[in-house]
Amino acid sequence: MSYAIEAEGLVKRFGSTVALDGVSLTVPTGKVLGVLGPNGAGKTTAVRVLATLLRADEGWARVGGYDVVTQANAVRALAGLTGQYASVDEDLSGTENLVLLGKLLGLSKRDAKARAAELLAKFELTDAAGRAVKTYSGGMRRRADLAASLVGRPQVLYLDEPTTGLDPHSRNEVWATVRGLVDEGVTVLLTTQYLEEADQLADLITVIDHGKVIANGTPHELKRRTGGQSLQVRPTVLADTPKVAEILRELTGIDPVVDAENGLLSTPVDNPLLLSSVVRRLDDAGITADELGLRLPSLDEVFLTLTGRTTPAPEGSLA
Amino acid sequence: MTAISVPVPASNVGLGGTLRHGLTLAGRSVLKIRKNPESLLDVTLQPIIFLVLFVYLFGGAIQGSTDAYLQVLLPGLMVQNITFASLGTGVALNTDISKGVFDRFRSMPIARSAPLIGAVLGDVVRFLVTLTVLITVAVVMGFRVQTDPARFLVAILLLVAFGLCLCWISVFVGMLVKSPQAVPGVLIAFMFPLTFGSNVFVPAGSLPSWLHAWVVINPVTHLTDAARGLLLGGDWVGHAGWAFLWAVAIAAVFFPLALRAYRRRVG
Repeated sequence: MSYAIEAEGLVKRFGSTVALDGVSLTVPTGKVLGVLGPNGAGKTTAVRVLATLLRADEGWARVGGYDVVTQANAVRALAGLTGQYASVDEDLSGTENLVLLGKLLGLSKRDAKARAAELLAKFELTDAAGRAVKTYSGGMRRRADLAASLVGRPQVLYLDEPTTGLDPHSRNEVWATVRGLVDEGVTVLLTTQYLEEADQLADLITVIDHGKVIANGTPHELKRRTGGQSLQVRPTVLADTPKVAEILRELTGIDPVVDAENGLLSTPVDNPLLLSSVVRRLDDAGITADELGLRLPSLDEVFLTLTGRTTPAPEGSLA
Repeated sequence: MTAISVPVPASNVGLGGTLRHGLTLAGRSVLKIRKNPESLLDVTLQPIIFLVLFVYLFGGAIQGSTDAYLQVLLPGLMVQNITFASLGTGVALNTDISKGVFDRFRSMPIARSAPLIGAVLGDVVRFLVTLTVLITVAVVMGFRVQTDPARFLVAILLLVAFGLCLCWISVFVGMLVKSPQAVPGVLIAFMFPLTFGSNVFVPAGSLPSWLHAWVVINPVTHLTDAARGLLLGGDWVGHAGWAFLWAVAIAAVFFPLALRAYRRRVG
């Protein structure tokens, strides 16, 4: 497997603060890595090192095979960056911003204009193309930032908390865009505080806390590793709930958790084969179920287990 | 949808590339001025106020007549306003850094110094605007160039060159302070003694000896004398030489300082 991004033992100190304490990570070409962690975990510092904006004190990193320190310019040509700090110019319009970036990347004026129009159309900003970016809404602004990082057709894209502060609708739009880019073969490194975002987009997840990698794997693996499965049953008829609870108790030897309001029963299981026994017993008893299955813990539960902290509620979801 | 391929640059940007990127970013500065004409208030309104205020308020007292004072004041005011206009570079750069525009540029395969060069070149536009406004208003008030177009042009070039060197002080301060608003605060504390402690407004001979000692070495004094010689007639070469030496010395000190502060600021 070839890796678009490889980093080994990255250390970065700011005075007495250790922002990165030996971070190693890899992203296979064409995949999405979600870097997950609470505020101040070191996610942004890691991205800035990988995007050549910051030099690590120790360790090395390669992007597309190029060293981020000694071949920084090749890395910059290969990678695009969208973060709250790498921004477009608020005084200029969407078109002016993208044309400027195109020209800096060596496009002729005509090609730069064509590329700008193409990207603005792709991000549904054509109607706002001539307006100063400071008049854009939060979601439009984020799409403009994203468009700016794509002018050079990057093969690797860093998205540093791309949806922080966005309302759910805008968040979905950004997610759709990212999926589209991945379909085109772009490798994405995405940092986020939102487990749902990592779950939605990432093929692989690296959890960082206090500048250290504390877990690595696919979302599925992480869920499996950090918590057992649970079996959930929702009988069609609410009145069957006590009977179902009795069946579960007989099979597992413990009292199931009953959510009386939703008529949902759940119980921890260590043997997946138990599911077929439950199906048989319910069938024998003539009970039908609307919902029946094994469930992995949510990434929220995983995160809680790993860091000992709950995740922050998404900002802007109330706005 | 047409595919436009973006050339992958070599691992280092050459001199030609640096210049091209710098000019493209200077174009951005000009575009921003066109979008935000009020950003030019400090280089348009302020010189007019200074010109009108000093000529009519102090002209009679200092020179005996407002017309005579206008003749000697204008070359000096040109120097003062170039000095103040160089504030803009530091403010613009600090704004770009705090708003994240700088990191966008730095994440791209362009010359590291291009954003700095772009900001400094963009300031030439501000210099030319402030000089044009000053001269136009002065001509309306009765100022006349006593020499020839060639010497007039030399004066303008000398002033712009001086401003370009002063810019690096502004860049240096812009890299040190946290917010764009703090840049003028720091620089004005330095520019007031520089421009008022000179022969721009009053003859150097009228000053107490300790002040006189500073005024005669002040680069603003030399540049003012050079500008007076070039616009009104008389000796200018010696003063221009001193002013030029000063400008080179300022650039020699502050260009490396600014670059170092820049590297430290942006990691």
